[in-house]
Amino acid sequence: MPPALAIYAPIFPEIFLALAAMALLMYGVFGGDRESEVPGWLAVLILAATGALVLMQAPGAVQLFDGAVIVDDFARFMKLLILGGSGFALILSFDYLRDAKILKFEFPVIALLSTVGMMLMASANNLISLYMALELQSLALYVLCAFRRDSVLSAEAGLKYFVLGALSSGLLLYGCSLVYGFTGTMSFAGIASVLQTSGSNIGLVFGLVFILCGVAFKLSAVPFHMWTPDVYQGAPTPVTAFLAAAPKVAAFAMLIRLVEDAFPAVATDWKQIVIAVSVGSMLLGAFAAIGQTNIKRLMAYSSIGHVGYALVGIAAGTPEGVKGVMIYLAIYVVMTLGTFACILAMRRKGGHVEDIAELSGLSRHQPMLAFMLAMLLFSMAGIPPLAGFFAKYFVFTAAIQAGLFWLAVLGVLTSVVSTFYYLAIISKMYFQEPAANFEPMPGKLRFVLAVTGVITLFLFIPINLLVTAAEAAARSLF
Amino acid sequence: MSIATAFFYIFAVVTIASAIMVITVRNPVHAVLFLILAFFNAAGLFVLLGAEFIAMILVIVYVGAVAVLFLFVVMMLDVDFAELRAGYAKYLPVGGLIGAILLAELLLVVSAWTIAPESALRIGERIPGDVTNAEAIGRVLYTRYVYFFELSGLVLLVAMIGAIVLTLRHREGVKRQNIGDQVARDRTAIEIKKVETGRGI
Amino acid sequence: MNLLLADYLPLVIFFGVAMFIGLALLAAPFLIAPNHPDSEKVSAYECGFPAFDDARMKFDIRFYLVSILFIIFDLEVAFLFPWAISFKEAGLFGFWSMMGFLGVLTIGFVYEWRKGALEWD
Repeated sequence: MPPALAIYAPIFPEIFLALAAMALLMYGVFGGDRESEVPGWLAVLILAATGALVLMQAPGAVQLFDGAVIVDDFARFMKLLILGGSGFALILSFDYLRDAKILKFEFPVIALLSTVGMMLMASANNLISLYMALELQSLALYVLCAFRRDSVLSAEAGLKYFVLGALSSGLLLYGCSLVYGFTGTMSFAGIASVLQTSGSNIGLVFGLVFILCGVAFKLSAVPFHMWTPDVYQGAPTPVTAFLAAAPKVAAFAMLIRLVEDAFPAVATDWKQIVIAVSVGSMLLGAFAAIGQTNIKRLMAYSSIGHVGYALVGIAAGTPEGVKGVMIYLAIYVVMTLGTFACILAMRRKGGHVEDIAELSGLSRHQPMLAFMLAMLLFSMAGIPPLAGFFAKYFVFTAAIQAGLFWLAVLGVLTSVVSTFYYLAIISKMYFQEPAANFEPMPGKLRFVLAVTGVITLFLFIPINLLVTAAEAAARSLF
Repeated sequence: MSIATAFFYIFAVVTIASAIMVITVRNPVHAVLFLILAFFNAAGLFVLLGAEFIAMILVIVYVGAVAVLFLFVVMMLDVDFAELRAGYAKYLPVGGLIGAILLAELLLVVSAWTIAPESALRIGERIPGDVTNAEAIGRVLYTRYVYFFELSGLVLLVAMIGAIVLTLRHREGVKRQNIGDQVARDRTAIEIKKVETGRGI
Repeated sequence: MNLLLADYLPLVIFFGVAMFIGLALLAAPFLIAPNHPDSEKVSAYECGFPAFDDARMKFDIRFYLVSILFIIFDLEVAFLFPWAISFKEAGLFGFWSMMGFLGVLTIGFVYEWRKGALEWD
């Protein structure tokens, strides 16, 4: 490699991913443009190769492009999560896309480009690079949501997501301009040093609030969650799985770096907002999910709740808290993908079904699937020794250590409430008269379910590995 | 009051007034025309700031392309706009209240707005006097800010793929011209017959 | 900055004169033309008939596709202007960064060509 290019080595994974996505586009369009699984599998391979490139990087923090991009242990941890989430979501997509007759090569290409955006979000160290990466990611997601363009629900999901997403980007940009107007700099470090010396100001607080509103929208946190159920329900199910996993990680990575690197001096200001958003999300996630009959809508409310729990860790504002969020996200991605593998297995002759009632008596026909789904739901509720318990344990401990005792108590209480609707599904599967059997589960879904299920079930054995990795990554921020 | 200030107020007032018209006029086509007027005046504001390049881009891209696209969309929407507006009066109190709160907040910001003292030092160096605006942008955009530049290329690529994936449909049973096939025809595809005069084939 | 604005003085005068002439021609008929409104004057003529329904109809989505593809390349061209005039200062690096940008969009262009998005039917 020419030495002039060597300085860009830290973002080689992203460059590789972008180039590979373009190569895949060319392969698809010159390869005859027919329905085939090959581009999708190539995309999975590309994601794996990108992951390997990320893993090969030496530890430590490097800044690039005048500090617009930072690659540190935290970014690498998040990037691996993002790549994993995207890769498994792609593996989940094949059978559904074939059934819906939308198995096109553009799907993996757009997913890859979206992943580039997510990885750059995790590395954004400046307000412009944050915005650009966010737009790359969101624009690709809008397209994916509307990908099943002949379905009214899918088109509605795409349109709704696009209009509200554009609005939230506007809020975010307005906030960025207010912050820039006050501090005169775009870089996170610059903002932090200005705030260190000159303290807070009402204009700056407004800027901060607008930025947080924009981010909360991308996270689907209360009160910016309204789009979530409709988009989750309307989007093609593999897209929902994609949407629920990797973009959440990227948005959290962005939020954590933003508040910890750019606004540590006004921590009391943003903590209030984060706590309020977190409380709202936990409550809504727990109570609004109870009445749901559609499993994708239920997952939407469940993901809102999970965002609320993860935000508890950010509210703590300590390295412990960030560590907790990272562990939470890792486990959340695994559980979500596993659950969506189960949802995608809800398939009869006529196509996919989404009603929770269809799961009745599943244990009679497919005991293994029922067991896995029950286990994943228990894990989401946070029952020990499943993985979900550790996720909640670390964020709540961090909150208690930071003196947010009541927030942790509220978190535990809402978890108990949320257990109610998870248990309702489980009791349906085990104690109700069986509905008609589902089609046999395709091998790819089995694979994803097996991997995620084993991780969820047995994570308590190697949990220390994850904790050490998250701890090291979180330290690079402080 | 200098001339520049006078122009600022003219542009600003027309921008805001036409922006209000965009959302209040009944005819959607008129709304788009007001949007174009707003873009023009925003371009004027940019000129006053010395950002000539951005001003011209605003005219070329937004007025020339985006506004025309809006017109397309407005014409394409086969919506009864009068019906859409029926709910207007119903939502006016709530919307007005939210608007009033936002306005109050903004006034609060404006009245208490200060700029951090050291921020003036951090603002990037001014454009050197001897180069034009576009040239000054060119000097940094492709070198110092190459990351944002390339990233915007990727965003445009996604937009391109997305637009095609979501809207392109090939109608079935349409015979298309294939220029490659036409040009690649060799002489064996046709048969030349000498026809004697007056005989016919 | 005032120097810069002084450059635009001809444009301002031009707009002023153009606006004056335009408004004058618009306003003059109201003042001097004879005006006898009658509802019969705006009704359909003997052999015409009132419109059956709204003149607005659904446009083909392809108009939209063509114009959105146009906007993307319009933006691409907009990026070329500053590049062209600062070619010397931006140097070799600037040259290759633009080639990278153009490369990405050329990939997009090849894609849309092969997909047949540029064909009308």
